[in-house]
Amino acid sequence: MDRNFCRMTGLTKAFGENLVLRGLDLDLPAGRVTALMGANGAGKSTLVKILSGVYQRDGGRIELGDRDFAPAGPADAIRQGIVTVHQSIDDGVLTDLDVASNLMIDRLAEPGYGFFLRRRSLQAAAREVASRMGIEVDVRRPVSELGVADRQLIAIARAMSHEPALLILDEPTSSLSSTEAGRLFDLVDTLKSRGVAILYISHRMSDIRRIADRIVSMRDGEIAGVFEGEALDYEGAVNAMLGHGLTETDLAPTSPGSPVVEMKEIKLLPDARPFDLELRENEVVAVTGLLGSGKTALARALFGLHRPSGGEIRVDGNSFAPGGPSAAIRAGVFMSAKDRASNAVVPEFDIARNMSLPFLEAFSTFSFVSRHRERASAQELIDALDIVCQSERDGILTLSGGNQQKVMLARWLSQTCRLLVLDEPFQGVDIRSRRDIGEKVRKTAAGRATLVCVAELDEALEIADRIIVMNDHTVTAEFANRNVDVGAILTAVTGPAGTTREHAA
Amino acid sequence: MTAEVDKPARVSGAKGRGRSDLLDLAIRYGFLALLLGLVVFFSIFAEGFAGPRSAVFIFQSVAFTGILALGVTCTLVVGGFDLSIGSVATSSMMLSAYMMVVLEQSAGVAILACLVMGALIGVFNGILIVKFRVPDLLATLGMMFLLIGLQRIPTEGRSISTGMTLPSGETATGTFSPFFLAMGRHRFDLVLENLVPISVVFLIVIGILVWCFLELTRHGRLMYAVGSNARAAALTGTNVNGYKILAYAISGVLASVGGLLLAARLGRGDIASGTNLLLDAVAAALIGFAVLGAAKPNAFGTAMGALFVGILLQGLTMMNAPYYTQDFIKGAVLVVALVFTFALSARRARGGT
Repeated sequence: MDRNFCRMTGLTKAFGENLVLRGLDLDLPAGRVTALMGANGAGKSTLVKILSGVYQRDGGRIELGDRDFAPAGPADAIRQGIVTVHQSIDDGVLTDLDVASNLMIDRLAEPGYGFFLRRRSLQAAAREVASRMGIEVDVRRPVSELGVADRQLIAIARAMSHEPALLILDEPTSSLSSTEAGRLFDLVDTLKSRGVAILYISHRMSDIRRIADRIVSMRDGEIAGVFEGEALDYEGAVNAMLGHGLTETDLAPTSPGSPVVEMKEIKLLPDARPFDLELRENEVVAVTGLLGSGKTALARALFGLHRPSGGEIRVDGNSFAPGGPSAAIRAGVFMSAKDRASNAVVPEFDIARNMSLPFLEAFSTFSFVSRHRERASAQELIDALDIVCQSERDGILTLSGGNQQKVMLARWLSQTCRLLVLDEPFQGVDIRSRRDIGEKVRKTAAGRATLVCVAELDEALEIADRIIVMNDHTVTAEFANRNVDVGAILTAVTGPAGTTREHAA
Repeated sequence: MTAEVDKPARVSGAKGRGRSDLLDLAIRYGFLALLLGLVVFFSIFAEGFAGPRSAVFIFQSVAFTGILALGVTCTLVVGGFDLSIGSVATSSMMLSAYMMVVLEQSAGVAILACLVMGALIGVFNGILIVKFRVPDLLATLGMMFLLIGLQRIPTEGRSISTGMTLPSGETATGTFSPFFLAMGRHRFDLVLENLVPISVVFLIVIGILVWCFLELTRHGRLMYAVGSNARAAALTGTNVNGYKILAYAISGVLASVGGLLLAARLGRGDIASGTNLLLDAVAAALIGFAVLGAAKPNAFGTAMGALFVGILLQGLTMMNAPYYTQDFIKGAVLVVALVFTFALSARRARGGT
């Protein structure tokens, strides 16, 4: 068997009760680029961390060539032949040192190098590494003077000095321009021809089209699909990653009322294409798109956290340009932020206090909070949302993820609003709570506009009357969620072929 | 990660319950029980400890640090820390003396000037932290050095008292007004004649005010939210920076009140006094975490913490423990209280009760 061959069988990993990898099987052949796709929380980064020796696996096997691969730590993983270049470039280079030291630093860190630097031989060795990789920089220059692309190439070159069997590139182009990315792809081609197995993690379809020999889609800690052959099935890969088709739900149709939010010629970023968007009363609209497509920027713009570069937003006909969340809330626009643990939960507060946080004024008389009114409201919401707890005085962290998320939703349902924005409301939520939350959002949707940002298509289909697809910080397609052609949505999500705006029936 | 299973929040076997209840009880009332035990112990073994006069003496020694500690508590609530309180207090003491003795102003003007100074320093601390992103400890540490130096400049490092020689060669003729001195020295009659000193009344009133503010008002609640998760608080429309600045302003004002009371007690602007104020106040506020198992900064705990230290020192003094053991004992109490707070309460939180 080829040395540069990596095979994983039955890989499992759990954090507490949360099973992140559930028996994952994956082959990475030598001399081929395998692109790994997966939505947030699919388990990609956990997989990478196991391969790079940061985490220990709970179960399963990894074979590298004909040996078992069980690294004791990151350094050991590198010694055994798996090298990872991480997403954030400056983790991979030491900016204060020169190129030569950067390229040879791992040699220096090896025990037995000796106490003193041998500058000349170091530079010669570095020059050789650089020329082999096709990097043309003076090895005596400090890395801090180089651009992002050169830094990235140096990080990879540094990785290659270990002669790895498997090279993992974790979103390597996320901060590169397209010409810079081109240089990176050339280098990847070179490495491929030298027989290195490459695992390439990216959300950029253009990268994947350019470089992938095969695509692996990951979902919920498992491989959802492997796509190989002459013509790769890109849409199939995205479909497998977003995992449509698991749930069929019937939505009670609603009759959209008058427009609440009108966005005209909105440019989310200075170089993004402007778009129009209208959100109507009673209607639930889902925004979907890949990571970095601008979903969150849209939500943030509506909540006063991001100032669009152009265009106008109107709420109930009045111009709306909030300076911050408190102004947005006063204008009747509420937002439940994504990443519950860092953006929403107040860990030291109990359920009732977490719920009342944005609207304490409503529970206060002359600034004194009425615990009685606060608790009564909390009890009502706990009943309404079926939150599993002993009482409204339970600490928020004693609840399961799904129940915590319900509390975060309840926080914004306690008062009436004109627009409710929910950014990733199903993150870290079990399937039952997910259904409860979706139901509750739809049930309370009358009298307001609702915008839900979700990465998974399933979730959009479950909750929305209308589905908006974003790509490159602009709206690229719009679908009514009735007998909708899922394939068409997937095409739009995958982009950029589907840039023409279409209105499905 | 959609793999969580709903379960009742609190699961504890019948067997484990008894122990966890006991632990709960220990965490909640352990420190107060210790306080009571201390009082009983000293009443029996330290002659003259049990009695109203001794109690009043303890309260009086606690008053300065207690008031400062309440200010620190406010900054701890928003997740900050104010190291400048000790130097704000001594600056306030020097300023009040300077106003009255050198500038010959009335007591009212001197008090007002000190309170304004405290508030301004607090706001300035807050702005350093909020706008210039200087970490709390470093900003207030810098402020501490700055004030320690600044308060010596007008008198070229000398203490201020009536009749002192000014840098210009003249003699200062101003005096502390009787009204001002009364703040530090007058005692009210309560059952016994001349029992309750005013500084104790100040401590109690300020303690109640701070407690009400932190526990009962929405501003206090929002300050706790800021300290617990500033990002979440901001995303619910809370003016995070405003509350941080407010916390430091409260701390500055309370520290200057402490300094005023100290000046009134001493009757002079003593350059050498007040060195222990910072550490004692911080210790009291941190010990307060352990009271009633709060595991967070709180006004009641802070007051109890200050009292605890006061009782301990007074008792030991009356049992003829040498003065140089005091700091060691304070430190030991603080370490034990911190273990109480962080090890035991953290375990309780993880246990899900």
